[in-house]
Amino acid sequence: MFSKTLHAFSIVFFISFFSLADAKKNSQDDKDDKVDIGGMIMHHILDDYGYEIMEGVVIPLPVILYSKETGLDIFSSSKLFDKGHIAISEGYKGYYYDHGHIKSIDNSRSFYDFSITKNVAFLILNAFLILLIFLNVARGYKSKISAPSGLQSFFEPIILFVRDNIVKPNIGKHYEKYLSYMLTLFFFIFFGNILGLLPAAANLTGNIAVTMILAILTFLITNFSGNKNYWKHIFWTPNVPNVMRIIILPIEIIGVFTKPFSLMIRLFVAITAGHIVLLSFIGMTFIFQSYFVGILSALFAVALNIIELLVAAIQAYVFTMFSSVYIGLAIEEEH
Amino acid sequence: MDLLTPGVGLIFWQLLIFGLLFLFLSKYAWGPITKSLKDREKFISDSIKSAETAEKELEKLNEKNKELVKEARKEREKILLEAKSISNSIKNSAKDEASKITDKMIDDAKKMIEVEKMSAIKEVKVLVASLSLEIAEKVIEENLKNESSQKKLVSDLIDKIKIDKN
Repeated sequence: MFSKTLHAFSIVFFISFFSLADAKKNSQDDKDDKVDIGGMIMHHILDDYGYEIMEGVVIPLPVILYSKETGLDIFSSSKLFDKGHIAISEGYKGYYYDHGHIKSIDNSRSFYDFSITKNVAFLILNAFLILLIFLNVARGYKSKISAPSGLQSFFEPIILFVRDNIVKPNIGKHYEKYLSYMLTLFFFIFFGNILGLLPAAANLTGNIAVTMILAILTFLITNFSGNKNYWKHIFWTPNVPNVMRIIILPIEIIGVFTKPFSLMIRLFVAITAGHIVLLSFIGMTFIFQSYFVGILSALFAVALNIIELLVAAIQAYVFTMFSSVYIGLAIEEEH
Repeated sequence: MDLLTPGVGLIFWQLLIFGLLFLFLSKYAWGPITKSLKDREKFISDSIKSAETAEKELEKLNEKNKELVKEARKEREKILLEAKSISNSIKNSAKDEASKITDKMIDDAKKMIEVEKMSAIKEVKVLVASLSLEIAEKVIEENLKNESSQKKLVSDLIDKIKIDKN
């Protein structure tokens, strides 16, 4: 019981600690006594060129820029800031930092930004973590048929759950072709969500670019594996009078795109909203500057964090399940 | 960096890294994992099936054994019955034989006795004849001495003969 309380307190401490770092920084920017909670939250939610662990401690990340005129430019993000982590107005190599964006001093120059931002860094970390875990798990299956052990025995039920409760019932008998993608998807989102809950971590799965790519991949797989029956249902809905077909056609075509769109939005919103609410509770402490509110909001934040853990699993489940459902509908045989 | 507009860089990295992750995992993790999971499931279901068939076989064997025992019991009864009847017949025939033999022996004995009796009678007859002769001799001798004593002697002798004859 005591250790549990201690645990809760340490979580509260960490959350408050790291959020304080963000809050303070933004208040400095505004040169205002009041704490800019909105800024702090957005700073946490959005991507960044450096990885700020806490106030003043920023790990610089590589900035990679490509433009047709000057070619590829790779430099540390610290080159864009002075020692107080304030953007240098004259910039570096013709680029400068302005409100979360890198801009070209020469306005006519267009460039592409492939920087290893905070989110990309976490993306790589996430991928490595998953690789490390599942290559380890896979090693347990090398020997002949045996009972699972160690890490394997923890992840095997989850793999089986994804296979038997998500992929198999929704896709049908040809599920094996899609199982690898679904497992990658599930664990990528699940680990990304959990990573995002760690203090000072990047909001990876709450970034719309990340969810967009996942949704587009599902969209492509769905439509490329769609059979005659699937397309017939869209363009020439069976057992319906011709007049109705004209009305149904645009709806069906919109439906093709709304499916991945809903996937993209759902994950993005669920994770981002969770982070915003969590940080808002912590931010209340700094707005009211009272011990009572502080303790209460910290307790709320802990409760919310636990819910967020649940959400992390649910969103991974939902994304994988809907992806399976869409593919299952696309490859369904005529009945 | 904005909330709702996806950045080109992150799109690029996400596609690249997720794609690589997918390829690596499918080759080195999901492939072997799902394959061996399937193998294991097949192994388990096969084992259960074979256990079931073994059980059925055992049941069949048990049934067969019971049948065999039943048959054996019947056989035994049959054999016992047969043996009994055989032994009875043997006993009967033995009895018959024995009675025949004894009958024959009795007959033989009877015949022997008859023969002996005949010879004995013959002997007695001879003896009686010789005795009568002797008596006659003595009577004649006594007759010469005393008539009354002669008479007495004759009657005595006759008495004696009567007893002997019996």
